[in-house]
Amino acid sequence: MAGTLLEVAGLDVFYGDFQALFGVSMSVRSGCATALVGANGAGKTTLLRTIAGAQPPASGSVRYDGSDITAAPPHRRVSRGIALVPEGRKLFASLTVEENIQVGAAAAASDAWPLERIYGAFPLIAKRRKQRASTLSGGEQQAVAIARALAAAPTLLLLDEISLGLAPLVVEGLYETLAGLRSAGATLVIVEQDLRRAMDACDDLVCLLEGRVALAAPVAGVSRDQVVAAYFGEVRS
Amino acid sequence: MNWVNAVIQGMLLGGQYALIACGLSLTFGVMRIVNLAHGDLAVCGAYLGLVLSSGLGVPVWVTLPLLLPAAFVVGMGLQVLLFGRALRHGVLAPVLVTFGLSIMIENLLQVAATSDPRGLNGGALTLASFHVSSGITVSWLFLTGFLTACAVLSGLQLLLTHTSWGRKVRATADDLDTARLVGIRVRPVFATVAGIAIATAALAGVFIGTIGTFDPLTGTDTLIFAFEAVVIGGIGSLWGTLAGGVGLGITQVVVGEVNQAYAVLAVNLLFLAVLTVRPGGLFASHQPAGEVLG
Repeated sequence: MAGTLLEVAGLDVFYGDFQALFGVSMSVRSGCATALVGANGAGKTTLLRTIAGAQPPASGSVRYDGSDITAAPPHRRVSRGIALVPEGRKLFASLTVEENIQVGAAAAASDAWPLERIYGAFPLIAKRRKQRASTLSGGEQQAVAIARALAAAPTLLLLDEISLGLAPLVVEGLYETLAGLRSAGATLVIVEQDLRRAMDACDDLVCLLEGRVALAAPVAGVSRDQVVAAYFGEVRS
Repeated sequence: MNWVNAVIQGMLLGGQYALIACGLSLTFGVMRIVNLAHGDLAVCGAYLGLVLSSGLGVPVWVTLPLLLPAAFVVGMGLQVLLFGRALRHGVLAPVLVTFGLSIMIENLLQVAATSDPRGLNGGALTLASFHVSSGITVSWLFLTGFLTACAVLSGLQLLLTHTSWGRKVRATADDLDTARLVGIRVRPVFATVAGIAIATAALAGVFIGTIGTFDPLTGTDTLIFAFEAVVIGGIGSLWGTLAGGVGLGITQVVVGEVNQAYAVLAVNLLFLAVLTVRPGGLFASHQPAGEVLG
């Protein structure tokens, strides 16, 4: 069994008076892909943003690669190898494709992902490098968002709903790229609405329900029915 | 009455408005701060120029290598100590903070320097002029001011489009939250932008003080014109700001040719007209502010 790269423990996260996460704990094994599933509003995006440092937790801790990073600002996490592909892509609309990727390298952990390697992995966007990000198609924008995160040379890549609003064939292509990243040694946390795709692509699965962990297990050890039950909160295993 | 001359003089005057306005435009475009003390900070630049140039006994231009870095540091300090903190408390707090700063600066200047109008020693440039043709005489000082404004705006534009710092500034202007997430350290970006904004304000203050006179309350009048230039041009757009400033200057001088009493009124009417017809400004696009900054 691979070592633990990321471990969050007892996370409570609030937006003002609204509590989004209640004592969430999970661990991510090094070199593995973890699927983070749950209904809308279950707290998946909040959890990823907390790991990335955008959302300070009221209590609990985030440990990464052997040290406590709960209080570290986002840029320090990026330079330690944590990169987030945010929900809705969030490209810098006025920047070109290439500038978006260059900005992603602002706090890069290493120079493992120079532009040439990124364009090699995403030949489609290489042709669009001088175009404004806002003029691209949805699939191309998602590819740029992943490329921007890769430019930071991450060890742990957090991907939030990368298939949202994209054609199945485009999603297929993105997941093939992710499979390539995994075989290159990256650790992934994938938020995905499509349960079957999530279970196919990942080793471990964590299901959130209303801000709490409803199920956490290796994918091989759970049935689809168990996940569905945890997803809707019908049965607690 | 000479219309061509009026347009030329108006354009040159407009350069001054653009120079003072570009810092406002930058501050709003990147930090979303409406700095109501911007005009007063420009006047502080003029007073600092006065102290330095009379202290050293040299024309004020010679003191710029001291004055501009000092203004840059003041801008960074204000951002880190004041504006940045205010920004954490919503959009209203920076307005109140900069308004308070404006009042403080004006009163401190009155205590320290009295209300007497002052002028700066611009050396030989102050009175030099050349004839273009009969009826058109261009002051070297006004021309220098206009060219300086163009140089500053072009320089800013180049920095924003072609440097890694500029990329970070535009990304931050586009989306602050995501800029942080991808690892941009926003605080140094904001501090340098504020430094540049205040340095350009101080430079504009030096021209204001050399071309005319200034007193502790000059900042407020200056701010209104600068604001109008920014809004007419489109908020966050540097070239729009230049166009806005030139539009204001031409309107003011051309109407002044007809009747001096209506010159400033005409400027404000132009501003109202643009606000009514194109509230986003003449050069605003539908993109976020970063679009036009780049």
